[in-house]
Amino acid sequence: MCIKGKPSFPVCRGFEMNTTLDQFTEVIHQAIARRRPLRIRGSGSKDFYGGLSKGEVLDTTAYRGIVDYAPEELVITARAGTLLHEIEAVLAEQGQMLPFEPPYFGPRATLGGCVAAGLSGPRRVSSGAVRDFVLGVQILDGQGDLLRFGGQVMKNVAGYDVSRVMAGSLGTLGLILEVSLKVLPRPKTEATLQFELDEMQALEKMNRWAGAPLPISASCYHDHVLTVRLSGAQSAVHAAQIKLGGQMMIAGEDFWRGIREQTSTFFRERAPLWRLSVPSTAAVTVPGKQLIEWGGALRWVFTEGDPGAIRAAAEKMQGQATLFRSAKKSSGVFHPLPKPLLAVHQRMKRAFDPHGIFNIGRMYSDF
Amino acid sequence: MKPDRLLKRLREILPPESLLVEREDLNPYESDGLTAYRQLPLLAVIPETEAQVQQILRICYEESVPVVARGSGTGLSGGALPLKNGVLLSLAKFSRILHLDPVARIARVQPGVRNLAISEAAAPHKLYYAPDPSSQIICSIGGNVAENSGGVHCLKYGLTVNNILRLRVITIEGEVLEIGSEALDSAGYDLLALMTGSEGLLGVITEVTVKLLPKPERAQVIMAGFDDIEKAGAAVAAIISAGIIPAGLEMMDKPAIHAAEDFVHAGYPLDAEAILLCELDGTNEEVSEEIKRVHDILQASGATSLRSAQDDAERLTLWAGRKAAFPAVGRISPDYYCMDGTIPRKRLSEVLRRIKELSAHYGLQVANVFHAGDGNLHPLILYDANQPGELARVEVFGAKILELCVEVGGTITGEHGVGVEKIDQMCVQFAPKELALFHAVKQAWDEKSLLNPGKAVPTLHRCAEFGAMHVHQGQAKFPGVPRF
Repeated sequence: MCIKGKPSFPVCRGFEMNTTLDQFTEVIHQAIARRRPLRIRGSGSKDFYGGLSKGEVLDTTAYRGIVDYAPEELVITARAGTLLHEIEAVLAEQGQMLPFEPPYFGPRATLGGCVAAGLSGPRRVSSGAVRDFVLGVQILDGQGDLLRFGGQVMKNVAGYDVSRVMAGSLGTLGLILEVSLKVLPRPKTEATLQFELDEMQALEKMNRWAGAPLPISASCYHDHVLTVRLSGAQSAVHAAQIKLGGQMMIAGEDFWRGIREQTSTFFRERAPLWRLSVPSTAAVTVPGKQLIEWGGALRWVFTEGDPGAIRAAAEKMQGQATLFRSAKKSSGVFHPLPKPLLAVHQRMKRAFDPHGIFNIGRMYSDF
Repeated sequence: MKPDRLLKRLREILPPESLLVEREDLNPYESDGLTAYRQLPLLAVIPETEAQVQQILRICYEESVPVVARGSGTGLSGGALPLKNGVLLSLAKFSRILHLDPVARIARVQPGVRNLAISEAAAPHKLYYAPDPSSQIICSIGGNVAENSGGVHCLKYGLTVNNILRLRVITIEGEVLEIGSEALDSAGYDLLALMTGSEGLLGVITEVTVKLLPKPERAQVIMAGFDDIEKAGAAVAAIISAGIIPAGLEMMDKPAIHAAEDFVHAGYPLDAEAILLCELDGTNEEVSEEIKRVHDILQASGATSLRSAQDDAERLTLWAGRKAAFPAVGRISPDYYCMDGTIPRKRLSEVLRRIKELSAHYGLQVANVFHAGDGNLHPLILYDANQPGELARVEVFGAKILELCVEVGGTITGEHGVGVEKIDQMCVQFAPKELALFHAVKQAWDEKSLLNPGKAVPTLHRCAEFGAMHVHQGQAKFPGVPRF
């Protein structure tokens, strides 16, 4: 049970968490003994993401609670099952935030799922991704052993950086128990501006502005409109507003939430949704309905087009394509890895999970 | 291993000037920045092309000869210390900037390119490469990646791992891997993070793509003196609690202030127990706003003196003392030993007090330089290597400091790496099963353990001998991992 404690975050009693931990270990040992894989799951908010993973569900939601938060240290540590919105509420009380602006994709999204999925929101382009803010993790590896890597400090080069590797590994390397994250102050002021431009002009502007000392924290281009968000000290945001011009948007916060959570009208489509990660200057041509984020580095495309052709188009621009949302995933979700790199992945998987029990198929078909 | 056959095979692929075997030619490679450790390699190779690197590694793999890669050799933990029976692989000739794209704000460079050279090349475009280790005029970007180097601007701009996009890596079997990409996200595991800071144990880097950032419009520094180091620590917490992330936030204690002031005459207050240097950067408006707020916070925190640089020349003067702190200490003592632990900032005063106690116990003076923003502490232990037994005492003292860092929830190395220097303290920071996982990761990349073996990750046997941990029978995870 987690109770509202002092200062203001829920404190979960140690012995109950230990019991939950023992249960996890037991489940893992049984899975090894029975050679039956497990499917790690928090609230299931990101069930749609990644390949289909068979196996008995290992529910992480009971292992929850903020373990430590010292605003002046800019570090928060919480258990995997802690709700993201709980964490963000506690941070907001102290005027701080998760700098990577994680998408939730569901009201009960958990910290563990957020880190395992490794998805970042609009602020990624200026602040960094989930992996940039992971300072330490506690995991249960594929033998059920409790391991700690990294810590609660910002500079730490002792041992391989396993903590960051856990971010985006989709639970295939281990069960994340606890994560320490670097947090940052919320910007004092934000403002959203809009410009009517064609795609070429928008890409050119986004790249040029990103190379100038401007407080741009997010950008989005769709349907001839470039939207940018300014964040920072009031004077800086104000000065940039004057410098850039454009049309001030009143409901900026809602707009960016809609992009982050994919609830804005652009995302109401039935076709498969592709996520193209490309260099910000790339001129990618994948026919379909498109929305650009991250200063040009992220392109969302709805298309029924041939997966091979879409991946080839991304690759031609030194990028990669992920089948982000789709009913049919037979062509694979993530960009295929070149053979030598795939071999390293398979050996890494064996190092962490020698019996092959975690989330088989969630990332690539055989691991 | 048969050195003759190795030599013969290397001669077939390398021109004579790229292969060093004579003692006098090998001497320059006998140590890196940690000069207390010296070892001549079996031979040294200085390839010029990636194909040569591939061939060298393939040959070493087939002949089972260990390989130690080296950049500029400025590392402070002995990561590039040669092995007696191994090949020293210098990447000094990989010194070209291959491509700089000011619009996409990236630079693709060879690993031997100097850190500062990247910022110099980017300067005409008003861009720069953010991580700035103190050795940036000579240290190489390949070495920066291997060590995950930091600098004084980490709190705001991150470490090497946060500022690179892509690597070309050659495995010990001679295979080329492209890790990361010029896009922001790549499929698969974050091997870019794994490679960064892996101290040459997983692969040899032949190309690095770095992010370039726009130069801030303005930077301004403010200096505050305190009559009590605890007040200085509280001021740091107050600045960060106020929602300000300074570009640099440095602290020096009295011995460090005196050494630096005697050396560069930066105008530091000599009566202060501690000084803080706080640099703010950003747009003109932002800096004006924040410098005022920081000034007020420092005053409220009990600063006994305050000085805000009025122009860039004064800013550089104030920094000069901090940047010269190590050589300054070198002037007042025949030798010094630089430690590199990170602690949660809130434990600072406790840690400094205990370092003082240890200093008295071992009869060795200490000057403290502290990246206060991110908790990275650099105690400099003053000693005289010509006094018999003094170095040994310094090493024990240093080890105690690192163990203290772990005890308060920190780490044995913030930015200098483990290398050979802190290998025993790894046994304090990590449990046997965690070390076993590190060995398993190493095996996934380098099955024969030929890349920089014996560095960074101690064998379980070594830890058992060190006495800091116990290996219980049957617990060891990888019976195949050699333990010697």
